[in-house]
Amino acid sequence: MSQADLLDQDPVFQLKGSMLAITILELTGNDLERLDRQLASKVEQAPQFFANAPLVLALDKLPATGSDLDLPALMALCRKHGLRTLAIRAGRDDHIAAAGALDLPVLPPSGARERPLEPAARPAAEPARPAEPAHRPTRLITTPIRGGQQVYAQGADLIVMAAVSPGAELLADGHIHVYGPLRGRALAGIKGNPEARIFCQQLGAEMISIAGQYKVAEDLRREPLWGQPVQIALSGDVLNITRL
Amino acid sequence: MAKILVVTSGKGGVGKTTTSAAIGTGLALRGHKTAIVDFDVGLRNLDLIMGCERRVVYDFINVINGDATLTQALIKDKRLENLYVLAASQTRDKDALNIEGVEKVINELKANFEYVICDSPAGIEKGAHLAMYFADEAIVVTNPEVSSVRDSDRMLGLLASKSRRAESGEAPIKEHLLLTRYNPERVTKGEMLGVEDVEEILSIRLLGVIPESQAVLKASNQGVPVILDDQSDAGQAYSDAVDRLLGKEVAHRFLDVKKPGFLQRLFGGRE
Repeated sequence: MSQADLLDQDPVFQLKGSMLAITILELTGNDLERLDRQLASKVEQAPQFFANAPLVLALDKLPATGSDLDLPALMALCRKHGLRTLAIRAGRDDHIAAAGALDLPVLPPSGARERPLEPAARPAAEPARPAEPAHRPTRLITTPIRGGQQVYAQGADLIVMAAVSPGAELLADGHIHVYGPLRGRALAGIKGNPEARIFCQQLGAEMISIAGQYKVAEDLRREPLWGQPVQIALSGDVLNITRL
Repeated sequence: MAKILVVTSGKGGVGKTTTSAAIGTGLALRGHKTAIVDFDVGLRNLDLIMGCERRVVYDFINVINGDATLTQALIKDKRLENLYVLAASQTRDKDALNIEGVEKVINELKANFEYVICDSPAGIEKGAHLAMYFADEAIVVTNPEVSSVRDSDRMLGLLASKSRRAESGEAPIKEHLLLTRYNPERVTKGEMLGVEDVEEILSIRLLGVIPESQAVLKASNQGVPVILDDQSDAGQAYSDAVDRLLGKEVAHRFLDVKKPGFLQRLFGGRE
């Protein structure tokens, strides 16, 4: 690595946060002539204070149905009285567009500190944290599942510690484990999870399905692993049956 | 406290009523006060098998509706001191049964008997449901063929989910498998499911295997429960089953192909 490269790594700046006291000129009416007169009398009282004072122009308190605001003229007027506009505070689209045309920063309406309490508005202010996926415990079945019965492990895995009879149906959003003979139907990942798998001690199923891809007994019986302990996984859209 | 026993199967014609009569009679023979209740309203048969059809005055539905008292409706067996039959109505259908009425009658029977045998109708509808609803133990009668096994499996599922014990979260109904019409010769030939096959599919305790027998038909026609024919294989098999039901360890018989005995070889013919 050359010397120049090393120099290039040296930081030339630091980012820092700071609170600054800034004058906010909150406009309540769109009348530049009146503003000119009133501002002049204000500056007269304390000329030093207003000399080159940084200013934020607050336009968010203007009546919503007022006439169009001439932002460049307003800024020129402020400049005339010694105030230098740093940014505007606005919510209306036309004000934001006007600021954009002048390459002027736009602050959101009304700072947090001065905001009057409006309970209704608060929920929107708090950023909605994405809900963490609820942990659902694995569904555990220890008694035989008979023909005509259906067991669904919603949002979870399913473990069956007994026989699953023909005509019974196992459904799970996750994996399915069967530690007895599996003679009924087993459908894993039924909400479309292709990672779901089916594990069983004795493959004798009427049907198996993962994320909608299925095989029926007629095909399963031709498997050399019929009656054996197997796992079934989906790769692409093919159900793979492998010995456990 | 009396035990409520349901004899059920799902499928029809497998031998529920024959079994109810035999098991009930067997329990009475062993000194237990027993009542057998026919739940097959509209298709009553139990009274015929028990040989008391000519003495039916009031029936189950009469008791439920309050037309007769339980004492009036119970038919006392002529052979055994401890045995009573509550016949089903022949003129009504299963809709005449209701859960409150059945519960009332069952509770009254419980107070007076040691064992109450509920002879379930076929199917999984109202009659069968009410027959098993209050049960403590169930005898699932199954023939060694696939459709019967499938229906029994379905019935076992209902016993585990739709009974009073299941709904109130009590200990589940104790399930027993009774394999009837078993023919070891046909099993050897592969025409019938073997005991092991049925046991494996249903995975419940085997109470007994009743061989296919001429004695059963003969007994039905004569109105004598087959268990009273202690010379017959079916009668002996039922007797063993009753002993097992009462907790005795009895080895299973009649599972293998019978070798013709000396006399049979001499004279030929069948029992």
